Amino acid sequence: MAQTQSIEHDLRNVSISNIYLGSGSTDESRHEVLTPSKIASQSAQIRLVSSHNEVYEPCDDSFALVDALLADRTNLIGLKPTFCLEIGCGSGYVITSLAIMLKSGIGGGGTQFFATDINTQAAETTTSTLQSHGVHADIIATDLASGLQKRMEGMVDVIVVNPPYVPTPEDEVGCDGITASWAGGLNGRSVIDRILPIAHKLLSDKGWLYMVTLTANNPMQICRVMSEYGYSCRIVVQRSTEEESLHVIKFWRDSSKGSAASTSNEGCSSSSWLSLLSFSSFWKNSSRH
Amino acid sequence: MRLLTHNMLSCNIKGVTNGYPLTIEASKWMAKEVDFNGDFLRNIFVKIEWKVLIEAAKVMGYTDLPVEVDSSMLNSDEFLQKFHHALLEIHVEEGALICPETGRKFPVHKGIPNMLLNEDEV
Repeated sequence: MAQTQSIEHDLRNVSISNIYLGSGSTDESRHEVLTPSKIASQSAQIRLVSSHNEVYEPCDDSFALVDALLADRTNLIGLKPTFCLEIGCGSGYVITSLAIMLKSGIGGGGTQFFATDINTQAAETTTSTLQSHGVHADIIATDLASGLQKRMEGMVDVIVVNPPYVPTPEDEVGCDGITASWAGGLNGRSVIDRILPIAHKLLSDKGWLYMVTLTANNPMQICRVMSEYGYSCRIVVQRSTEEESLHVIKFWRDSSKGSAASTSNEGCSSSSWLSLLSFSSFWKNSSRH
Repeated sequence: MRLLTHNMLSCNIKGVTNGYPLTIEASKWMAKEVDFNGDFLRNIFVKIEWKVLIEAAKVMGYTDLPVEVDSSMLNSDEFLQKFHHALLEIHVEEGALICPETGRKFPVHKGIPNMLLNEDEV
């Protein structure tokens, strides 16, 4: 307890400009003093995230995705998204965090949020997590974006997905309850491969997709699929645990890339994941994305 | 479910071609005040099916939306306030959405529309 208090005390004396991720330190923020509640105010608080025994709780992959969004927060605010969508919202930790970080940057009501889950318990849990943080998203119990795809084609500026990526037998994919949150079929790609064309259809011209992948998913090949749709990509967060190696990849439309049948060789022709790393660092340094 | 979401939802049953708009049946609804943002409303205006919004709002007894609209009205604060209220503040809490082609009812429970399909509908 004494230790906690001392940490809180230290945090209170740190200038916020040292803590902000990205280049968001404005004249205004430079003079602000950081309090624990201000750090927490950038994302959802675990103690306020609702839970249910059939709903996936925030875990390493959820934290990696929120960290990626926080790292890209300045860009996200600059994008001024009209609509954001999370596919597979689970506990609601990610969409709540996104709503909080954009609300503080863009202002209330400037962006509207949607979230879907195939698990009705997850949909209800997300509603309650959003409520306890005082933010709003429209929740729909549906498979991926089914029901929204026709009308929202080309309208969504930000899509975030922490898909079921664990390699499993194919018959576990889309099962009832919590299994649907992780069971990914062969190479963990069954659901991911359904999401990619849907995300492509929903994204606006300026739209971005953030997706969590596992090394076993062959992220290099995922990037190649998206490259054929005309997207570039970079790794925003990379995290290894004893059990798995996670990447959060950001995709955006690249006008210099053709759509399907593009024969571009820029980094995506090699099957080595390592070459994607150098490819992505190239983009990281050379573009604003 | 807000009327913004209703404006964006279509029946997703395989083979259905006229699955929009879904008819609202509401047994419980409420209004919740949210931040007003004129820029958002001006951006979104062209993407909203206006007649669908008017009809949906009527189900919940809100009849202040003008029938004829054009983009010049986006300069009027009075119009924007009405648009804001209908689109973002009225919530359907309990009820159903009905497909105009098949009559299939999609339940709305605790404010969440359930668009999940049975095996024979996919």
